[in-house]
Amino acid sequence: MAESQIKPLTMNFGPQHPAAHGVLRLVLEMDGEVIERADPHIGLLHRGTEKLIEHKTYLQALPYFDRLDYVSPMNQEHAFALACEKLLQIEAPRRAQFIRVMYCEIGRILNHLLNLTTFAIDVGAMTPLLWGFEEREELMGFYERASGARLHAAYFRPGGVHQDLPAGLTDDIMNWVERFPSFIDDLETLLTDNRIFKQRTVDIGVVSLEEALDLGFTGPCIRASGLPWDLRKTQPYDVYDELDFDIPTGKTGDCYARYLVRVEEMRQSLKIIRQCIEKMPEGLVMSDDHKVTPPRRDEMKTSMESLIHHFKLYTEGFHVPAGETYTAVEAPKGEFGVFIVSDGSNKPYRCKIRAPGFPFMASIDQLSRGHMLADSVAILGSLDVVFGEIDR
Amino acid sequence: MTDTKSEHAMTNLARPDQVAMIENLKLQVSSHLGSRVVDVDTFRGEVCFTVNVDDIPSILLMLREDSGGAFTQLTELTAVDYPSRAKRFDLIYQLLSVTYNRRIRLKAAIGDGDVAPSVSHIFTTAVWSEREVWDMFGIFFSGHNDLRRLLTDYGFEGHPLRKDFPLTGTVETRYDDQEKRVVYEPVTLTQEFRDYDYMSPWEGVQTAMRQDDPSPQGESE
Repeated sequence: MAESQIKPLTMNFGPQHPAAHGVLRLVLEMDGEVIERADPHIGLLHRGTEKLIEHKTYLQALPYFDRLDYVSPMNQEHAFALACEKLLQIEAPRRAQFIRVMYCEIGRILNHLLNLTTFAIDVGAMTPLLWGFEEREELMGFYERASGARLHAAYFRPGGVHQDLPAGLTDDIMNWVERFPSFIDDLETLLTDNRIFKQRTVDIGVVSLEEALDLGFTGPCIRASGLPWDLRKTQPYDVYDELDFDIPTGKTGDCYARYLVRVEEMRQSLKIIRQCIEKMPEGLVMSDDHKVTPPRRDEMKTSMESLIHHFKLYTEGFHVPAGETYTAVEAPKGEFGVFIVSDGSNKPYRCKIRAPGFPFMASIDQLSRGHMLADSVAILGSLDVVFGEIDR
Repeated sequence: MTDTKSEHAMTNLARPDQVAMIENLKLQVSSHLGSRVVDVDTFRGEVCFTVNVDDIPSILLMLREDSGGAFTQLTELTAVDYPSRAKRFDLIYQLLSVTYNRRIRLKAAIGDGDVAPSVSHIFTTAVWSEREVWDMFGIFFSGHNDLRRLLTDYGFEGHPLRKDFPLTGTVETRYDDQEKRVVYEPVTLTQEFRDYDYMSPWEGVQTAMRQDDPSPQGESE
């Protein structure tokens, strides 16, 4: 029989596919059911955030950060707020720092709940998603009570947080913190020792530590490869250095290790939230430097100077000293960085957003080569990608 | 209360031990790079080395391989556009050492139409970052295997993050019911583009004076 050249089958995965976690078009070259090459086409959700930010004042630019990784909005506001504070050389009051850290950890649980449960649904388990979204709803309720919005909070501001917490909110969060560990236990009974789940994830998408560094991995993905690297510990910001928590690491760097790391991170986040509520002092939640932060409402109504401050702040905005900074926070997905170039005016000259998901997406080709088609879904799910931040 | 506040305010700013650490880092990296360093700048505790764009690959390789540097991760690769300069772009490389827990930034100026050497063979992260920079700024990288556009639409023209690219873009899409497909058309704005100048007029004059710009626009208008 004559030899014939077999052309690999090219397959389109997405952009409208539930396992694509948003709008990803993955062009796969298949040899039978084995992936020979994966070429992600991204940018279907590109909104030009960085360009838009160049045309907005610093305060107007902040809400764009909610819309990047829309499953953990406040963590990203935090990076922008810290970058502005660094350039302005101001510091948020202690109460505001505790509030911010508490909400960042709520955001981390929000994110991990979504990721772990959608990951589970990708590999065939339906129930965790239904359970997890109930808890997410509760957490978004906490978001709403502090900021007025369930998702796009715009709550963290340069110099603190927009408003103080309403009465009774910390008690309710504490009650939830008491209750939530049993949910994590339930989730684990469904997945951790589940034979089907393990068959789909163990030894799939293995990333060694060298590869992880080279690929630009951060967050749970690099910790699953064995490096205890967490910006909350190594380069602490706000009050993280006063809090007691552990950094879980994995050994194998496969999809299962990434799952386990995230589950443990939820438990650690609960620990942090509990400490924040216990240690949170009374006091201001916003810096009293009214060149940067708005005056109180009652002051604005009675004092001329406050009225001028208010008017200037919401029309012209504050001016940021010329200079540039790269400020990063440990967002739930990994290192979320903001590189701001300021020219001394009221608008950022350039604002580059370093999204943790961007290098994850770039690594899909390397990770899924030689795996089966169904494994690419597991890899994608375990990397935790959200297209809001990748496409920007 | 004021004591704890001022004490805490120190943490965001440079503490003595941090200053020493930064100076140490500056010296160490400078001694390795030698004459290849054009300028060193420290701002808000972040060290930035200005270098020549052609030296970038060798510098990155050295900073990664050398045990004293161990900058094993390229966190960020981006560019900034300064249209008024002769070499209008700055390429920015943000490096991280997880061994020594420190960051540095490299900066290299490059002109419009000039070719930058690719670092995609040194750091795999750079493959996509360079695609993004090419897409957004139109800076070409030599030695890159796959320099396609990354974020913009198929068949897109222009480089959106250049300062002279309009915020509204140049094309818009809509579904055409007659043709039964999505059509591309030049942007038509139903109202004038609103770009309010919120800058205070008093401070505006002040800046014009500060720049020592003798152009008559201040008086004549």
